[in-house]
Amino acid sequence: MTQVYAVKDLAARLEERFPGSLEESDGDSLVVRAGSLLAVMAYLKDTVGLEFDYLNYITAVDYYSYFEVVYQLTSLTHNHTVVVKTRCQGRNNPSVPSVTGLWGGADFQEREIYDLMGIGFKGHPNLKRIFLWEGFPGHPLRKDFVP
Amino acid sequence: MTTTEMMTLKTEPFVLNFGPVHPSTHGVYRMRATLDGEVILDIEPVVGYLHRGIEKLAEERTFSGFIPLTDRLDYISPMSNNLAYCLAVEKLAGIKIPERGEYLRVIMAELQRLANHCVAVGSFLNDCGAYYTPFMYTFREREKIVDLFDMVCGQRLTYNYMRIGGVSQDIPEEFLPALKKLVKQLARFIEEYERLLKQNEILLARTKGVGILSRETAINCGISGPVARASGVAWDLRKADSYSVYDRFQFDIPVGEAGDSYDRYRVRIEEMRQSLRIIEQAMKDVPGGPVRAELPHLIRPPRGEAYGHLEAPKGELGFYIVSDGSIAPYRCHIRPTSLINLSALREMVKGWKVADLIAIFGSIDITMGEVDR
Repeated sequence: MTQVYAVKDLAARLEERFPGSLEESDGDSLVVRAGSLLAVMAYLKDTVGLEFDYLNYITAVDYYSYFEVVYQLTSLTHNHTVVVKTRCQGRNNPSVPSVTGLWGGADFQEREIYDLMGIGFKGHPNLKRIFLWEGFPGHPLRKDFVP
Repeated sequence: MTTTEMMTLKTEPFVLNFGPVHPSTHGVYRMRATLDGEVILDIEPVVGYLHRGIEKLAEERTFSGFIPLTDRLDYISPMSNNLAYCLAVEKLAGIKIPERGEYLRVIMAELQRLANHCVAVGSFLNDCGAYYTPFMYTFREREKIVDLFDMVCGQRLTYNYMRIGGVSQDIPEEFLPALKKLVKQLARFIEEYERLLKQNEILLARTKGVGILSRETAINCGISGPVARASGVAWDLRKADSYSVYDRFQFDIPVGEAGDSYDRYRVRIEEMRQSLRIIEQAMKDVPGGPVRAELPHLIRPPRGEAYGHLEAPKGELGFYIVSDGSIAPYRCHIRPTSLINLSALREMVKGWKVADLIAIFGSIDITMGEVDR
């Protein structure tokens, strides 16, 4: 069975290594500030003992007052997993850093979120709509979308 | 033309459009391939022709009302889609499934894997140029599996058989004897198919060493399923994150070495044998009792979120569901196996010829219903 990595331990390590990088860490997931996302992700991916080398999926949820981008990482070596989240405020051009540099699999998924949820990914090599056409009005997965 | 003139001649890259309507694209996939003569310099996938907004539709349906829509994702293997969604909701709501229901789920999921791989290897050989003959063989066998599905749920393509808490109905009396017969037939069929193709020179020439996907790229791009295993990633969720009652059965995970198209084909054939092994063990001791947990008509999982995933025939299929305590999901994200498995296609086809592009693309085995959703 894939073990869920103890979020408390991880949060303590991250707080020591990158002070102020976490917004919240109770529950089953780490909520990382967008500014520290890339550093934290690289740390999770490359640190011996953690080695979260596999990105299961990226998705985003609209909570009206903020958007939450959700990443699930798994280590194929140690068979453990963790959910990392980051939040972005504002409904006009919210954005978070792109993780395409760390995981190639993020490419299409970030484009999908950009297309359907309207969240930009800074540093994405080819950020354009993936399913809908350029010029489509609005982002359908947002809760306030009116067709 | 003088030799000096010939020396100064330059070739120019040009763009060739494949699809969205093209016999090789398995649906409505489109690629813009940049070619230098016949050599592929780059490809750009263009998707979205089958986008129906299934994730948005989920937000307007009850938890159980969404199950029929999951059939329309990967329509080659709807049983696995049903099951993945139900696993996610059950995880969210903490529902226990009766033993008999679990066994039926495993049997259906493995039959689905066999049916899917029949289509996958058939259409792959089609793409390699063995036009429709191998396809006819595999479809003949798939037909028998579909007949069994028809027997249990009355549908031949969109089964809608799994329910939150179990399966929709018990199997009829004649099911298990028919399954027993089918398992024997399929085992014979795989041997026959292998005899025809394993050492086939054309197949070897078209696929050995072609479209290599390295282990590192496979992991980095989030590739899963037979494609990843062919590249040497021994990762199968049935063992790594065992769900349902898979931990009770003996089976192996076939793994390739080279990561080429041939290995992807071989891994699928080997997986069919393993699926038969699982079905044989499962059908021997299907317990009695109910097939579905007693649940209210409208399921209201508590506030929270859950990610349920399983080893679908094409790879890791998962549903990330957020509940706000109401009768419908607040958000339902589908982890699309087919879309993510396409992430590495660009790396795999660079430098190969146009004809190889078709074969490499065919060896990934995608369904557009799941790519576009």
